Amino acid sequence: MTTEIIISGFGGQGIVSSGIILSHAGLYESKNVTFFPSYGAEMRGGTANCSVVISTEPVASPIVATPDIVIVMNEPSLTRFEPALKPKGLLFYNKTLIKSVPKREDITIIPVEANAIAEELGRGRIANMVMLGAMIKKTTILKLETLKRAQRKRFSRASDEQLSLNDRALDRGYGLF
Amino acid sequence: MAEKKLMYGNHAIVEGVLAAGCRFFAGYPITPQNEIPEFMSIRMNEIGGVFIQTESEIAAINMLFGAAAAGKRAMTSSSSPGISLMQEGISYIAGADIPVLVVNVVRGGPGLGNIAPAQSDYFQATRGGGHGDYFTITLAPNSAQELYEFPKIAFELAEKYRNPALILADGLLGQMMEPVEFSYKPFDPETLPEPPYALSGCKNRERRIVRSYDLKPGKLEAWNWQRQKKYEQIVANEQRFQATACDDAELIIVAYGTCARVCDAAARMARAKGYRVGLLRPITLWPFPSNILSALAEKTDHFLVVEMNMGQMVDDVKLATECSKKIFFHGRPGGGVPTPPEVYGKIETILGGAR
Repeated sequence: MTTEIIISGFGGQGIVSSGIILSHAGLYESKNVTFFPSYGAEMRGGTANCSVVISTEPVASPIVATPDIVIVMNEPSLTRFEPALKPKGLLFYNKTLIKSVPKREDITIIPVEANAIAEELGRGRIANMVMLGAMIKKTTILKLETLKRAQRKRFSRASDEQLSLNDRALDRGYGLF
Repeated sequence: MAEKKLMYGNHAIVEGVLAAGCRFFAGYPITPQNEIPEFMSIRMNEIGGVFIQTESEIAAINMLFGAAAAGKRAMTSSSSPGISLMQEGISYIAGADIPVLVVNVVRGGPGLGNIAPAQSDYFQATRGGGHGDYFTITLAPNSAQELYEFPKIAFELAEKYRNPALILADGLLGQMMEPVEFSYKPFDPETLPEPPYALSGCKNRERRIVRSYDLKPGKLEAWNWQRQKKYEQIVANEQRFQATACDDAELIIVAYGTCARVCDAAARMARAKGYRVGLLRPITLWPFPSNILSALAEKTDHFLVVEMNMGQMVDDVKLATECSKKIFFHGRPGGGVPTPPEVYGKIETILGGAR
């Protein structure tokens, strides 16, 4: 079983971190993983995206052309990656920041008020955690506990307060469905 | 099995180089390999090795020449334009028969090009690269695990044959993260024997000279003949490859590095639809695995070469098969990376439409 994921948004929304957290979590659950970010000429406020492949078999291509899951955190990302999604794929979109409505009828569309929930928790920056929580609940590809462990690995130098806030954001996303 | 660690490809190279007992790095920054010098500067400091950020790539390769001539394992890394700058030094090192390791994390070209993944330096890597009649042993990894393991293999081959070795990666391999298992016990550099050419101070022994020139009539020709014998041995003994489902294939894809990963996915798609598609992945680009290709050409009718350039390795495939079979090519230049559906489409076209 192989799951191909693309995560996309503004630079600064934690796109790359989200991909790395999923990859760590996949590794913790003894799966094969490959993470590939858009790199180099990226900047805060510009666009960033990454692909993650999580599989029970050795991963063939790190390049994801037709993902099973797309997570979009901003408007331009929806325009760019909605068409790429596999038929019957899952589209998670950040409803707080994306005003357009996804158009495809052959996919499952899951709106998440990621930024609104993150602001409620006190920090807009953790919208990505809300999204990840929601995604793993809907797809069951990874466990909540491994995701929590993985975010602690990713942010090993963060304060305890920030780390527990991240956990709470994951919980909130997870609790949406 | 040892625990696996999620690592960037570029960081995996660093750990592999250090585990191979190399304690000398000189280099100059360039994307998409900057994580190598960055991480190397931290790790060399921790481990007690030498890290030098040089004023240029030319300085880096010549410092490497010096460190290796002194008998030490030494490496540098760069990306395409930087590797071009190093070619004079690589030629001198090859001419002096000194082992070094050069890593090229290839980016789009020509010129300054871009920072996207590419395989456009294949000719440069496999035909010597600089002036003169020489070759560099060239390894092409395709995963973070191999980026960790290949520096050791590269140093061992380089020392066995006293020849520069190259690892040809690309921007994607360097920038992606995958689990890496530290699969072998790190070498203690102190236990590596001093090579016979090492310029280590000639007190109480005959002096040694490392050089790449000889002006006496006939001497340089003789020296080159000797080097050619070495190359013949390398070609005879060191061809490495990975063959997947090639035995009964109606079409064999030939691809290395990132393209091999993409083509692996495309081949799986094709086999799921009933096409008998194999994948031959050259692991050594020089020496090119000609023997297996020539054997496979006896029983396979179609070959598809996929590269992130407009057709370089395809020449070696044609030479190996003596153009006896149909050789198709699919390429993406300038930093373009093919996708599995794209390569699958090509397979379908070659084998006569959808099944």
